[in-house]
Amino acid sequence: MKVLAAMSGGVDSAVAAARMVDAGHEVIGVHLALSRMPGTLRTGSRGCCTIEDSMDAQRAANVIGIKYYVWDFSERFKIDVVDDFIAEYESGRTPNPCMRCNERIKFAALLEKALALGFDAICTGHYASILQDAEGNLELHRSNALAKDQSYVLGVLTQEQLKHAIFPLGHSASKDEIRAEAARRGLSVAQKPDSYDICFIPEGDTQDWLAERLGSTKGEIVDMQGNVLGQHQGAHGFTVGQRKGLNLGKPAVDGKPRYVLGVDVKTNKVVVGPAAALAVKELAGNKYSWCGKALSNPDQFIEVEVQVRAHGEQVPAQMAVISGEMVIKLQEPIFGVAPGQTAVIYLGTRVLAQTTIDRTVSAVDDFSTASASIS
Amino acid sequence: MTIYLDYAATTPIRDEVLDCYVHYLKELGNPSSVHSSGQGVRRALEEARETLANVVGCNRAEVIYTSGGTESNNMAIKGLYWQRNAEDSNRKIIISAGTEHHAVLDPIEWLVKHDHAQVLWLPMDKNGLLDLDFLANLLAEKHSEVALISLMLANNETGVITDITRVTALAKEFDIPVHSDAVAAFGHIPLSFKDSGLTALSISAHKIGGPIGVGALIFSRASKLESLIHGGGQERGLRSGTMNAPGAKAFAHAATMANKELAAESVRLAELRDELIEGVLNAFDCASLTGPRSNRLPNNAHFTFEGCSGDSLLFLLDQAGISVSTGSACQAGVNGPSHVLLAMGRSESEANACLRMTLGNQSTSADVAALLKALPQAVSAARKAG
Repeated sequence: MKVLAAMSGGVDSAVAAARMVDAGHEVIGVHLALSRMPGTLRTGSRGCCTIEDSMDAQRAANVIGIKYYVWDFSERFKIDVVDDFIAEYESGRTPNPCMRCNERIKFAALLEKALALGFDAICTGHYASILQDAEGNLELHRSNALAKDQSYVLGVLTQEQLKHAIFPLGHSASKDEIRAEAARRGLSVAQKPDSYDICFIPEGDTQDWLAERLGSTKGEIVDMQGNVLGQHQGAHGFTVGQRKGLNLGKPAVDGKPRYVLGVDVKTNKVVVGPAAALAVKELAGNKYSWCGKALSNPDQFIEVEVQVRAHGEQVPAQMAVISGEMVIKLQEPIFGVAPGQTAVIYLGTRVLAQTTIDRTVSAVDDFSTASASIS
Repeated sequence: MTIYLDYAATTPIRDEVLDCYVHYLKELGNPSSVHSSGQGVRRALEEARETLANVVGCNRAEVIYTSGGTESNNMAIKGLYWQRNAEDSNRKIIISAGTEHHAVLDPIEWLVKHDHAQVLWLPMDKNGLLDLDFLANLLAEKHSEVALISLMLANNETGVITDITRVTALAKEFDIPVHSDAVAAFGHIPLSFKDSGLTALSISAHKIGGPIGVGALIFSRASKLESLIHGGGQERGLRSGTMNAPGAKAFAHAATMANKELAAESVRLAELRDELIEGVLNAFDCASLTGPRSNRLPNNAHFTFEGCSGDSLLFLLDQAGISVSTGSACQAGVNGPSHVLLAMGRSESEANACLRMTLGNQSTSADVAALLKALPQAVSAARKAG
């Protein structure tokens, strides 16, 4: 096969590319330029689109012995990921830009371009596995390296996209194994730190970054009864479940910490309350997709597990599609789920589906007014 | 076997030049040393200076060796600005054009940001031809505030040639120095520094079959320049640092050869270029030539391919073993929209759809034929890729 190895400049994608060469494929390395004005050097673990990262990717490609190109996706990335991120926060939601990037850039714009230019597949350094069922349908599964598993952010992939995706690291036991392999292969990125933060926010301060773009209008921080507890510098910077940065001064009457329960961008109010009020028992979203083969009777509730953030736990639930909406009933309440987040549905290790959460139902009847739902 | 159609990026070093380079690399001596070893190397350095001066048409004292075109441009632009501004603090204006190489644009922008310079960009038409009547009016009105003019002799992306003698004639009236980046033009069109009326001219060795890392600023002995690099006071005190005698020798050798071949080679390359242009325009409705048919460098063919991204075309041709370019690549190797085409008033999609083919002394009709053979498949795949 002719395989495009998407190379970020990190250790995972470098090893993934090398493994594809070992497997006998014709491999070409491509680094995605996602910013027209890239920073020169990396700062710590932040970002993955500096010139230094591009140079790291190129150096890795040279060591592996494959050709290397930089493709410019900065315009698409700006529209599909960065602007979407800002717009989501502007409407009081908490987006996951890595999922948007996988959905719209890596496995859409990049994949389409790769196929048009004669490639058969693209490989990345994601920790996830693609397996085939008895009928030949492709399934996305969690990685063997559970601590690094990235199946969550790949939950947006469809059967068609899985057909052209290869994750050579999925069967590896751990990141340590990958780093050791990189060192063995003479790849200087072997000890490069992992990147954690959002790549297009170089300083790592999402709140400041958003304030620069959305402006900040002072507003009230209120409790569930509407009593004003303090002021905030702009509602956009708050996310459901957040505890730090409220600056309320005096503690709650019961002495317990207070959390953001909801953000109402229309009234510019941030609602806070006790941890208990964060509990939700049901999630639902209109925008959903099946990862691999769809259920044959999606309107029947089935037992699944759900995960709502990249490195969160998976919790038991029931799921069905009711009147065009994916509804997830949780067996046990979960805390601090914000509209805009993605719920990924698992059947064991298999990723079944995903939906962007539009509404949540509070697990606490008394606190129904504190629902994090944004109408 | 790679077919190389990117001579504007760099050129193969000529065998004779390489022999000469290696010969002098083996010679021991610092050209500034007083002893015999030093004197031997100094002699080679000064021979080369004289040879270069003859080729460029200048006085030997006007050749200042540098590390290449970028350094020459920085030296001329910053040095002239500082000099002229120190003589008269009203002189803050730099006149230039948006189609210049980044090695001109960025020093100017640096001066704007750090040194109170103001820049006036000349308007141009969609072919990249500058409005020199505008320049005439501008000088009539603002001449006392102008520090310098910097306009390239020929554009490195589109090959469009500037009417530099008209520029220097206009500037002469007000004694305004004119610098010209001739890195793309040198060796391809006849050039005489003396007759050009220029104050400063940048040239580079690796664009004419010489080694990378050697260049020169030709700087009029009648003018003054503030130095950028300070140290041992070499090169008229304008460019300190141990002189690169082997590089200078190789540069002079390459310049001599290019100059000797220029008359015949420019005709041969222009024919080859026209063959390429005809071939592309006949084969693709979506292709249009950038810039005029004449008044362009004999070795340059630059197109926009509507509906194709230049980097897709470059990728596909590279897969087919043909090296071309989309313009000038930035450090990270990202080919964003060409600032040259944007400055020419072209749309962002046109500026993303560029392909530049540049020819040189080893280019043949077979190279052009191979390109024309590979292009249809590349264009059709690139159009699909969008």
